[in-house]
Amino acid sequence: MNWQSWSHFWAMGGYGLYVWGSYAVTLVVMIGEIVALLMRRRGVVESLTKYYAARGKNHEAKA
Amino acid sequence: MSKSKRVSWFYFSSPQTFYGLAGRLQPWFSALAVIFCVVGLYIGFFIAPTDAQQGESYRIIFIHVPSAWMSMFIYLVMGFWCGVGLVFNTRLSSMWATALAPTGALFTFIALWTGALWGKPTWGTWWVWDARLTSELILLFLYIGFMALQAAIDDQRRADKAGAVLALVGVINVPIIYFSVKWWSTLHQGSSVSMKSAPTMAMTMFAGMIVMALGFWMYSIATALSRVRCVILERERHTEWVMAEIGERK
Repeated sequence: MNWQSWSHFWAMGGYGLYVWGSYAVTLVVMIGEIVALLMRRRGVVESLTKYYAARGKNHEAKA
Repeated sequence: MSKSKRVSWFYFSSPQTFYGLAGRLQPWFSALAVIFCVVGLYIGFFIAPTDAQQGESYRIIFIHVPSAWMSMFIYLVMGFWCGVGLVFNTRLSSMWATALAPTGALFTFIALWTGALWGKPTWGTWWVWDARLTSELILLFLYIGFMALQAAIDDQRRADKAGAVLALVGVINVPIIYFSVKWWSTLHQGSSVSMKSAPTMAMTMFAGMIVMALGFWMYSIATALSRVRCVILERERHTEWVMAEIGERK
């Protein structure tokens, strides 16, 4: 085991800022991408639902 | 090639069938990504020893190297699909290229960011304009340029073609990044891992890095599959099957 305690773990031998700065940003960016994808998915479904509804009305109006 | 094999190839190259397949595969790749990353981080922080020269700061390697590998590999895959799209005019290959670019840009950004945070304690500087760092930055601009160019052109076919030409010209940058540490004298260290010789690092460090690379690989596949599904719906909205698919969602 490398760490005597949690505080040693978080200190990373004095390099805590660099190590955790790297891991934190990586995590945030990845979670950000996942959230963006879920929102995009929802946005696509919503906008296509509207698009088909509008197109459906046009068809009815023409008929 | 057997006849049945051929049929199934064309079967999955249609956006409609691939949409369903991608939806079924995506959760598996997500689960694998989580498993590999948890195991990789455990090896990286609790099993791999402290580095004799760099102390604990080297532990950035477990995300820096895998993300740098992914940034280059995703670009090559994107370039491949752009080439296929240009030559064969297949819809799904252009959609793949579009779906891969944001994830590739993300890993390029992570490689640059973690590199800066690693460079500061080891080299004493966040950034230098040397060959490795500069060519990786150009890779980020290539990804952003590809996405911006595709978004700027309204006609989808023309957008795909213009993007593909840009992406293919940019492929030349990938070997430049990879071999830059050999070709030019640079601050960046040479590869610790190569195809020809055993890795010049502790086995447990190497294992942590490889497992994290597998995790990032699975993550990339999972996100690209979700994104390609969105792209398929957007681009195929005039088809009956997308209309039925959206109808079921309501």
